[in-house]
Amino acid sequence: MDMINQQIDKNESSGSIASSAKFKALLKNNGALVALIVLLIINAIFTPHFFAMQTFYINMTQVAPIAIVAIGMCLVIASGNGGIDISVGSVLALAGALAPMVFMSEFGLNNPGIAIALAIVLPLLVATSCGLFNGFLVGHYRIQPMIATLILFISGRGIAQLLTNGDIQTFNNDFFQYLGTGRLFGIPIQAVILIIIALFVSWIIKTSKFGRYLLAVGGNDKAAFLCGLPTFKVKLIAYGFCGFCAGMAGLFTTAMNSASDANTAGLLMELDGISAAVVGGTVMMGGKAPVIGAVIGALVIQMMTYTLLANGISDSAAMIAKAAIIIGAIYLQLKNKQKH
Amino acid sequence: MNWDSPILQVTGISKSFNNIPALNSIDLSLNPGEVRALIGQNGAGKSTLIKILNGAYTLDSGSILFDNKQVQYSSPYQAQLDGMSTIFQEVNLLGYRTVAENIMAGREIKRYGLIDWAACNKFADEAVKILGLDIDVTRTLDSFNVAIQQLIAIARSVSFNAKVLIMDEPTASLDEAEKKTLFKVVKDLKTQGVAILYVSHHLEELFEICDSVSVMRDGRMIETSLIKDLTKKDMVAKMLGKRVEDILSDENARPKVCANDEVILHVEKISGSGVLKEVTFELKKGEILGLAGLLGSGRSEVAKRIFGAEQDDSYQGKISINDITIGVNGPKIAIEKGIAFCSEDRKNEGIIPEMSVRENMSLVILDSLSKNGLIDKEKEMALVDSYIKKLGIKVSDMEQPISQLSGGNQQKVLLARWMANNPEVLILDEPTRGIDVGAKSEITDLILSLAEQGLSVLFISSEYEEISASCHKVLVMQEGISRDYLHYDEISENAILDELGKH
Repeated sequence: MDMINQQIDKNESSGSIASSAKFKALLKNNGALVALIVLLIINAIFTPHFFAMQTFYINMTQVAPIAIVAIGMCLVIASGNGGIDISVGSVLALAGALAPMVFMSEFGLNNPGIAIALAIVLPLLVATSCGLFNGFLVGHYRIQPMIATLILFISGRGIAQLLTNGDIQTFNNDFFQYLGTGRLFGIPIQAVILIIIALFVSWIIKTSKFGRYLLAVGGNDKAAFLCGLPTFKVKLIAYGFCGFCAGMAGLFTTAMNSASDANTAGLLMELDGISAAVVGGTVMMGGKAPVIGAVIGALVIQMMTYTLLANGISDSAAMIAKAAIIIGAIYLQLKNKQKH
Repeated sequence: MNWDSPILQVTGISKSFNNIPALNSIDLSLNPGEVRALIGQNGAGKSTLIKILNGAYTLDSGSILFDNKQVQYSSPYQAQLDGMSTIFQEVNLLGYRTVAENIMAGREIKRYGLIDWAACNKFADEAVKILGLDIDVTRTLDSFNVAIQQLIAIARSVSFNAKVLIMDEPTASLDEAEKKTLFKVVKDLKTQGVAILYVSHHLEELFEICDSVSVMRDGRMIETSLIKDLTKKDMVAKMLGKRVEDILSDENARPKVCANDEVILHVEKISGSGVLKEVTFELKKGEILGLAGLLGSGRSEVAKRIFGAEQDDSYQGKISINDITIGVNGPKIAIEKGIAFCSEDRKNEGIIPEMSVRENMSLVILDSLSKNGLIDKEKEMALVDSYIKKLGIKVSDMEQPISQLSGGNQQKVLLARWMANNPEVLILDEPTRGIDVGAKSEITDLILSLAEQGLSVLFISSEYEEISASCHKVLVMQEGISRDYLHYDEISENAILDELGKH
């Protein structure tokens, strides 16, 4: 059988099969990208004003927090052993609540320049620490990731609500709001940051020692440990980075709304992040980290929702459509798996 | 034995995957009470044939006549219900369920629509008794050792009123004593008229239990003959498609005498992990030291202790390499001190299945291949390429996923992974388990040549024949205690068995 499998694989990669098979393979390996293109074409035909800049801005600003969380989620899932971080929504709310507290504090009002810097750095630090805490529980105590991150899923939002007394904090701060409404070269600032992070992380995964370690630990952590790899450190970094991503998404959300709301910010974000990562080709078993795919996955879900809403279909129907995309993604994964 | 009316008659079975033929017009017939060995190298088509017989695959052409009716099963379970059972290499049962639940799974005896556990337990009890097992069927499966589990799997299969039993490497996880039990069961089944198709890489054991041998090669059935007409060398020659004269004799494989006196590794009175009681030995430069012992004697635990693979506070004793003491600080320290370790569990503790051959091979030495945290891919590829050539690893290219390689080639990649780090001590735990004859001798030759170049090897194996062929010295272990050494001239399979019997 091994021999046969090898031969099949050889055949596929040598490209001797007809072009229809090639197209099928392309569809299988880049399902999310194909879905995105199809959605764009449908919108180009059916959705009025689709090519208006405003449409582009709305979609990019809305997708940025989900996509950035999806990148972090992608690494955590890739780290294996049931890797998942369900605390991202709560961490997002916490980071989002902290930022205005910094620049609206007495110190912040007196030192506006430092305050803005602090309002960005401090929430990111706190969010990253949350992630490191998750990574510590998972890596050191070997607690099931779902349970380990459940702790901050529950308490993170609680802390944010305590800090803000459960009130919505509104503010008017042009510098901070730039993170939500600003543009660089005509592109929303969140999208610029998202693209930079996505490209950087994808490059790290492909070319660095850490990237190789992450995929090795995720693929088989026992074997990786016996090769002398720092399995604990790898998990710590993966979960820590996921926390950082959630913090970044929290800043975007607060800046865009000119307000922080610890009660609703990032609600169900963990599920959106997981969905985007899976649609983008992340395998729940670990060992694969398609970072760009996760971003495309977020775009697909965003475009799907937008397309339905823009064409007058209700929000509830859009949710069912989201589920349909996920089923499609899982179907493709299963098909790919059967190849082996 | 009734040789005239076969219970299973297979004619002209062919099967292709993506237009690549895997089986080419296979004929096979099996008589009631016959034990037939099915041998061949990895990739010869044995597994495909078995999977077609039991319905895991569908055939392209040909026919299967079983018990005088034409059959083509849609699943192994359906085949089992009909009296054709398959027992796989690894126990395919549920560890946390009881023995009875495992035996009855899928066909529980019901009463008023609910499962009648009393009746189920009674049935299961009878099923295991047939195999001479006296166990409590209400205990969970994983409370028994692997050998008993394997026998329970057989009990399940036989209790379907099996007329044909297909056994795929059933002894892979058994030690000598457990093998004996299994062989006795096979012989009992034989007298009850069950036909057995027995797949194994261990050619010696075939002589003990089989009546006849079918040899497959490259998807074809090469020959079927009575086992008494063949020698082991004949079989190897037929499997490889070579002449008998071209097969190396066993004597050639023995290592040259190791004249070095420099001791590299000292192990003094180590104990712990619940198994080790007192183990002491030393390993010289360029020496291959065999560790022989039954399952549970602590062979693998010694390896894991030296490598620091398991953190355990109960560890006592002293281990030093080049006179530097090493603690239990995890594999990283051991690797830095020049120790390498290939686990017996290649699948779970060796390969990273999703990764390519390249990525698997370079894992241990990524540090030396990297600058500022970035991997120098050209350097990596050059290194991997050189080892693929040096060890003759069969791959389509180095980007091929390691999971697609045969066991032998996977093992070579793992050996290369460690060789690349230039270790001083190589610990091999069952390095040829589940590997076919051709690749096995290549791996043994490689180990011998590494030792000649000065590498010290700790060689753990449950195959005494293999140990006696490839070691300079053998240390016999029993119940966590190291016994006596067998020196170069004293080593033989019988000497090891004698030594084990002494205490």
